[in-house]
Amino acid sequence: MDSFFSIYVWPGIVMVAQSLLLLVCLLVFIAYVLLADRKIWAAVQLRRGPNVVGPFGLFQSFADLLKFVFKEPIIPAGANKAVFLLAPLVAVLLALSTWAVVPLADGWVIANINVGILYIFAISSLEVYGIIMGGWASNSKYPFLGALRSAAQMVSYEVSIGFVIVTVLLCVGSLNLTDIVNAQHDGLGTMMGLPASFLDWHWLALFPMFVVFFISALAETNRPPFDLPEAESELVAGFMVEYGSSPYMMFMLGEYAAVCLMCALTTILFLGGWLPPVDIWILNWVPGIVWFMLKSMLVFFMFAMVKAFVPRYRYDQLMRLGWKIFLPLSLAMVVITAFVLKLMGWA
Amino acid sequence: MGLQAIFFYLFAFIAVASAFMVISAKNPVHSVLFLILVFFNAAGLFLLTGAEFLAMILLVVYIGAVAVLFLFVVMMLDIDFAELRSGVLQYAPIGMLVGLIVAAELVVVIGGSVLTPEAAKAITMPIPNPATRTNTAALGDVLYTNYVYFFQIAGLVLLVAMIGAIVLTLRHRTNIKRQDVSKQVARTPATAVEVVKVKPGQGV
Repeated sequence: MDSFFSIYVWPGIVMVAQSLLLLVCLLVFIAYVLLADRKIWAAVQLRRGPNVVGPFGLFQSFADLLKFVFKEPIIPAGANKAVFLLAPLVAVLLALSTWAVVPLADGWVIANINVGILYIFAISSLEVYGIIMGGWASNSKYPFLGALRSAAQMVSYEVSIGFVIVTVLLCVGSLNLTDIVNAQHDGLGTMMGLPASFLDWHWLALFPMFVVFFISALAETNRPPFDLPEAESELVAGFMVEYGSSPYMMFMLGEYAAVCLMCALTTILFLGGWLPPVDIWILNWVPGIVWFMLKSMLVFFMFAMVKAFVPRYRYDQLMRLGWKIFLPLSLAMVVITAFVLKLMGWA
Repeated sequence: MGLQAIFFYLFAFIAVASAFMVISAKNPVHSVLFLILVFFNAAGLFLLTGAEFLAMILLVVYIGAVAVLFLFVVMMLDIDFAELRSGVLQYAPIGMLVGLIVAAELVVVIGGSVLTPEAAKAITMPIPNPATRTNTAALGDVLYTNYVYFFQIAGLVLLVAMIGAIVLTLRHRTNIKRQDVSKQVARTPATAVEVVKVKPGQGV
């Protein structure tokens, strides 16, 4: 009985506690990311943004949460009820479950699995189901069109994201996210004889891929300028037209969780994860999680700025960018990277 | 082992139950959604056997791509559910026959490995120890060294299939306008604008 406790029960409790802690921190963080998104957008347009609830509007997201939760959920009469309610659940659960393998600092990861990056790639390729199911189950024209658009869009940009990930994996030689960050201890900078610094991270060595990944991440998460699925001028709100109250909030939550994940993934793949920008003792003394958060927030700031000042793409332009520019470019980079690594003997 | 057995039965039960729902659901879209659940549980079973790479690839390829296409097609089709159901009794014997054949084959395979357990040792490729060598590396070694030609041929077959599908559906329409970005970017005022001095009372 004692061994049963030490093998199953205690690790189980620890795991559940860790997951709960991560989830709570993540949800609070997402609430503020949402606020930051609105504030940055407002600042670019010379508005104040949300500033009424709490000091500087800091509690706005929580007020919105309460508002959504207390509203009456309306299910259209012609909707397929089960699928209609399942869709937002799928969207938010998948988006949150990817965080299980994200290392927030050295060793700070719930599941340190060998194929971590594949897991994230797999789960984020499933996120399209929330949208398709929601669009179809609404049994209405605009949501269905929005769902079709978004499914085609996400499938297209996943291809180039996959190839970008492959180039990074070629440089690292492992699919484990912790290994990917640790591999950025030395790189281009140390090869030139400099001490370990931000020049070693993959963003410099794989700069074209960094740009492709950032733009594909925008498209993958349906962020402006690629927010065609919910283009309000054409499709009202795309797949979310028929949704209100809590189900709608779940879609939004899933969307922002996916955005945060993409920021974290950019940080891990290209910006050295929890590594300090320069390898000196005072920066090494700062906990890794702080660097990780700072870098992720920097990436999110770019996401928000892009939303504020880039006009929306037309649908055919979006497809052209994905299939005719990013796909050949990333495919070529995979081959070039492999050749360079092999010829120089770095692999 | 206890926990693993519990998870095995959980995944296996959900997989079989949702496989049954795939063929018995009234709405084809529900069928595809149940099919996705089957894939998901199959990935779980793969994980239990330690084939983590295969599990993730199953998620990416089958659920992330193939099932999306299925769902697309099924959603777009205008299907009369009643008509779809009408032929069930007519096709049931053939379906049962196929099921019987598959079941018999399963019995032969499993029975063979039970009767002669030493047959498993006849596998020519040694299975690497998962503790020292990851799934991904082991699979890559086998695919890209021993079986590289077969791998290339499989790729070519897929390429031919893709080209075939494109050839079947491609049609060139003559009287439509297409956007040529390089042409647009290359436009200058000299090529795009014509300045005409119009004298009063004469027109262009």
